[in-house]
Amino acid sequence: MRAPAEDRGRLLELGPESPLVLDSGKRLAPFQIAYMTYGVLNDARSNAVLVCHALSGDQFVASTHPVTGKPGWWSYSVGPGKAIDTDKYFVICANVVGGCMGTTGPSEIDPATGEPYGLGFPLVTIRDMVRAQAMLLDALGIEQLLCVIGGSMGGMQVLQWAAAYPERVYSAMPIATAARHSAQNIAFHEVGRQAIMADPDWKGGDYALAGTRPAKGLAVARMAAHITYLSEAALQRKFGRELHDRNALSFGFDADFQIESYLRHQGMTFVDRFDANSYLYITRAMDYFDLAADYGGVLAEAFRGSKTRFCLVSFTSDWLFPTIENKRVAHALNAAGANVSFVEIESDRGHDAFLLEEPELFDTLRGFLGAAAAVKGVR
Amino acid sequence: MNRETPIAARPSSALRPDLAAIAEMIPPAARVLDIGCGDGSLLEYLVQAKQVDGRGLELSQQNVNHCVARGLSVVQGDADTDLSEYPSGVFDIVILSQTIQATRHPSLVLRQLLRIGTRTIVSFPNFGHWRIRLSLLIEGRMPVTKTLGHRWYDTPNIHLCTIADFRELARGAGAHIEKALALTGTERTRPMHPNAWGPNIFAEGAIFLLAKEPVPEKAIRQ
Repeated sequence: MRAPAEDRGRLLELGPESPLVLDSGKRLAPFQIAYMTYGVLNDARSNAVLVCHALSGDQFVASTHPVTGKPGWWSYSVGPGKAIDTDKYFVICANVVGGCMGTTGPSEIDPATGEPYGLGFPLVTIRDMVRAQAMLLDALGIEQLLCVIGGSMGGMQVLQWAAAYPERVYSAMPIATAARHSAQNIAFHEVGRQAIMADPDWKGGDYALAGTRPAKGLAVARMAAHITYLSEAALQRKFGRELHDRNALSFGFDADFQIESYLRHQGMTFVDRFDANSYLYITRAMDYFDLAADYGGVLAEAFRGSKTRFCLVSFTSDWLFPTIENKRVAHALNAAGANVSFVEIESDRGHDAFLLEEPELFDTLRGFLGAAAAVKGVR
Repeated sequence: MNRETPIAARPSSALRPDLAAIAEMIPPAARVLDIGCGDGSLLEYLVQAKQVDGRGLELSQQNVNHCVARGLSVVQGDADTDLSEYPSGVFDIVILSQTIQATRHPSLVLRQLLRIGTRTIVSFPNFGHWRIRLSLLIEGRMPVTKTLGHRWYDTPNIHLCTIADFRELARGAGAHIEKALALTGTERTRPMHPNAWGPNIFAEGAIFLLAKEPVPEKAIRQ
């Protein structure tokens, strides 16, 4: 399952002298961050754009995935001449801490025991992920980012970046996200986690030692989650009640319907590239996210005095991170007197719309990023 | 601004005459909030020609998306409900152009504008214009004019007023009228005395520059 380490892009290794201090109070040291860069950092170091990936994403935002061989997860938006133009901007994307594509996570070896961390890995938060990214930027010698961009969990990181390091974030683009994970979203995550932990091959998290893999549990988790990334309208349009490879119902529990076969395929392919324990840790990090809670319950306080230019984007049919949640952030930013734009894009493709070909999103990305670069004087 | 503004001679010639007249009132590098900013024409002009720190609030999501793609900072929102979120006094100038007559609560909106901005610019169509008066008097029907092209049953302009009406509203809200301009049919703007009766008959619209409290003359830039 794990590709050789040289496939993981670039690697920043941090020794015991620079631990990642986690919100849980624990320290992670040594640890490593796997990341990719695209484009060229200009002499003024002013054209760096950090892209933050979502739950099941990784650093391969715009290049072929080493395990699946598929194009990068945001190839529609990032690349030469694309909306996030790598001819113009230096794009950085790092695997989050707790992930499974080379950054230290539960599947990596715990130096204290010589065995994979498993559930011995400390719980991480969105803020921990951002803190690790800040250490990466320190190492890259980038003081200020032209823009931090991300959708879904990536958007949570964008908000956390803007709140924690306002002076390092010239502009920020949180897409299809929220300043807190809702009860419904926590509920879906819990279903996924329970599916993984109910798989006998999970072995209390020590499946690597046992030589097993909770593939069924992780696949079910992915299937349940995948439904939340789509919309009722899109499911109906794409699949309806169409039968899969047959002319009549089987009167059994085979994948009679196309939607069933599609979901099974989504689940099965996911387990080839994702680690079950990472799924537990990262979903937990999202559940714990509540930015306002860190600022006395008042979201506007997280952005008080911020000079960052913000642009929020939501999609009409996204019921996982609906417009109202994005708007809440926009309202808080307004109340903080911040420079904010808010765009809602008409689409029936649900939460996943941000990853797809959505020309209005491209126009927004290009327009906002271009204006930020112009005002900052990036050449 | 003590002279007529022949629009064609101005750098802001691409703008609609009323917007050009508003642009004239904005000092360079001001913090500006344009409420009901539409497709962002005025805001874009102000950002480019006057280097203002400009923001917009716009009801139509389509317009908002268009503005953001142009590189402007614009939020989708409703002047009637969303102005209360803005902190007090954060903007040098708040603009409400040709929008107050379409709000549900013009009086509350105006009070919010005065709270949010050091100065407020409001422009609106004058329902006291002679053609409107005549149309109602002679035909006995709700007027449909060039500036107010909707029929009574499909108009977004639910709170039309005359210049005299607006003057009263502004004073009632505790606003100090620093400047008033009449918009005439020949695409010109001319200064007027807010109390003058003439413009209320002959102007198709008006632009008022308001401040919550009188601001010392030397602080007024043009």
